[in-house]
Amino acid sequence: MNGSTAVADNYLSHGRGFRSWFFTLDHKRIGVMYLASIFFFLILGGFFAMLIRTELLTPGRTIMDADTYNQVFTLHGAVMIFLFIIPGIPAAFGNFVLPVMLGAKDVAFPRLNLLSYHLYVVGAIFSVVSILLGAVDTGWTFYTPYSTTTHTSVVSMTLGAFILGFSSIFTGINFIVTIHRMRPPGMSWNRLPLFLWALYSTAIIQVLATPVLGITLLLLIVERLLGIGIFDPALGGDPVLYQHFFWFYSHPAVYIMILPAMGVMSELISVFSRKHIFGYKAIAYSSVAIAVLSFLVWGHHMFTSGQSDLGNMIFSALTFSVAIPSAIKVFNWLATMYKGSIRLDTPMLYALSFLLLFGIGGLTGLFLGALATDVHLHDTYFVVAHFHYTMMGGVLIAFLGAMHYWWPKMFGRMYSEKAGRLAAFLVFVGFNLTFFSQFVMGSQGMPRRYYNYLDRFQPYHVLSTIGAYVLAVAFVVLAGNLIHSLFRGRKAPANPWGSATLEWMCASPPPHDNFAEPPEAGDPYDLEHLVYDESIGGYVPRTAREGA
Amino acid sequence: MRRSEQSAAREIPHHFATPRQAYESGKLGMWIFLATEVLLFGGLFAAYAVYRGNHPEVFVYAHRFLDARLGALNTLILITSSLTMAWAVRSAQLGNRRLLTLLLALTLLGGGAFLGVKIVEYEHKWKHGLLWGEQYRPHHPETAQEHSSAPEIPRETPPGDRTNIPPAAIGPPGLASSTDEERAAHASAKEPRNVHLFFGVYFAMTGLHGLHVIAGLLVIGWVFVRARGGAYGPSNFEPVDRAGLYWHLVDLIWIFLFPLLYLIH
Repeated sequence: MNGSTAVADNYLSHGRGFRSWFFTLDHKRIGVMYLASIFFFLILGGFFAMLIRTELLTPGRTIMDADTYNQVFTLHGAVMIFLFIIPGIPAAFGNFVLPVMLGAKDVAFPRLNLLSYHLYVVGAIFSVVSILLGAVDTGWTFYTPYSTTTHTSVVSMTLGAFILGFSSIFTGINFIVTIHRMRPPGMSWNRLPLFLWALYSTAIIQVLATPVLGITLLLLIVERLLGIGIFDPALGGDPVLYQHFFWFYSHPAVYIMILPAMGVMSELISVFSRKHIFGYKAIAYSSVAIAVLSFLVWGHHMFTSGQSDLGNMIFSALTFSVAIPSAIKVFNWLATMYKGSIRLDTPMLYALSFLLLFGIGGLTGLFLGALATDVHLHDTYFVVAHFHYTMMGGVLIAFLGAMHYWWPKMFGRMYSEKAGRLAAFLVFVGFNLTFFSQFVMGSQGMPRRYYNYLDRFQPYHVLSTIGAYVLAVAFVVLAGNLIHSLFRGRKAPANPWGSATLEWMCASPPPHDNFAEPPEAGDPYDLEHLVYDESIGGYVPRTAREGA
Repeated sequence: MRRSEQSAAREIPHHFATPRQAYESGKLGMWIFLATEVLLFGGLFAAYAVYRGNHPEVFVYAHRFLDARLGALNTLILITSSLTMAWAVRSAQLGNRRLLTLLLALTLLGGGAFLGVKIVEYEHKWKHGLLWGEQYRPHHPETAQEHSSAPEIPRETPPGDRTNIPPAAIGPPGLASSTDEERAAHASAKEPRNVHLFFGVYFAMTGLHGLHVIAGLLVIGWVFVRARGGAYGPSNFEPVDRAGLYWHLVDLIWIFLFPLLYLIH
């Protein structure tokens, strides 16, 4: 509590060697291992993205043939979705932060937690193996009947996704139980930090939706291996049923991705505006509302698949309803910033990018939710741009914000602010350059997934590819800065940003057991009682300072 | 972790404050896991509903090839094993070690018998080519002649004869119906298209359920071995309880599968 960081025994130094990491039960180490693995797959997925953009620089063949291109964009999608963006924030930062934020010593089931990491590794191995076996070319959605007839390694990829699903379910169970049963004295539901509300809602979706994906992928595997005929129209099966099953999971899954990102935003915006969060309850309950509504809108992925008009209209109307809780959050964040004393530290730059990019992503979603415009825009680059603005502009940006926010806590080192801000700026510019041009060419009719295109689309593709290279440069700067900080960074104080949630009450990096005694929880957004202490470069409670 | 710490940790893991907190956490976790299992089967139940809605004639026609008497026998076996499992949990709570091991052994026996009956049923289907999708090659004695040429239903047939769905006025015969003569009479009438869809659904649902029975037997077997070593008592019966919850879920799913596949017309 005194803000000093000189704790001899922290979780990083508690044990040495590979085994002490790979078989650890400490949620913090599991979180760090997740972070490293997930960052690796972010880079792998990004590498595939660069290949796609390079190929599309000119019409016709640029660097690869059409079959390779199909495989590369499938791998880009599958790696990014299953290995980066779904586990991203909950598995890496959730595992690390959730128990400390709750003032608990660990999650409720540490062994299950380790198992879910090991399952992640096994699932990732299956996916990587399928890359080596002659990568899948179905698109990441594995639509039947093509996925049952193509000669690529669909089975190992879907089996990988199935195993990753189990990993996700176990993480979800762990989080729900931990939040229900292990809150410290004084932390009522209405004092739960908003990041935890977001993780809680995410966990509900993980637990309720992932099993349906599991059975869908199992049926697909059986279909492919044994020819069960359930999805095969030649045998009287129904391929659209596959789409219903698939999107019953995969639409809620986009909220598995975005809800934790929104939770991160609530923390960042309050802390860096130095103001109590505005509309705490509205933000908290809107997370749960999004979790519920997410199950009712999957049909909007099938507007053009020949489902009934009535079904289309109902799904369209329900789709719009998701905008309500999302807008509640955005307006509350804006109200939090209003008259706050905003500091443009690196995490806050990411938060501001998030607001703009997610705003664009959300508003363009209305074009796709409305039946009349969707029929025109369906399967064009407009859709590609839309979901990259929400998923990448939303989730990836929040992931980076969270990484810069909790980095000092995780590793006890401060990174260079200057390099951090430069990277954040480059990400913002590169991102918009890449994807805004895709909105334009999509609305003019450039179809998604195509290998070749008309000459008149080339200027947009060139802009988009340049943007992708700017993003690559931004990631080099970002990674260099963070890795440099591990070795040369200034030692981090316990509370560098002046946050009031519990994880900042223990040393950076936290000791092995987090807290000897469960701490007394107060209002997680009462930032008034924290004052800056010049000598340690961080914040300390006002009472401690006056007492000294 | 040292030995002495480990035995103490078995009572309460270090990150819990009270035994009650540890117990309730475990219970809540198990129930959420069971909910995910229900949803895993939920996909198959949805597929059943869709295909039954789209092809009612297939389901009415094909379900007669399942032997309702064997299904009923399996239902009885599974419910009995659920009883012995629940009783085993109670005897663990009361600290009656001998009764606990006996009841767990009976539960294992029940699960094994269930799988045995299942194998008999599968073998029968296999022999007659009553399989899923591409593998469907029926050479059931009663259907062999019919299948070679898919029966075209003539246009001038009166509407009542175009379907093999029995009129609503005829009540379901239930378990009493599956005599060979009746099956033969019905089967020789006409075979609808895509009968293999029923067997696809049948094998998917009972197969996944069978895998769950095997998983349940492994879990109970592990509990059985530990119970013989005296691991459970009034203060430490949670593993028996959790294994029991899982077994009851396996039982419950079968209780839905049996009427849906074997009995409903």
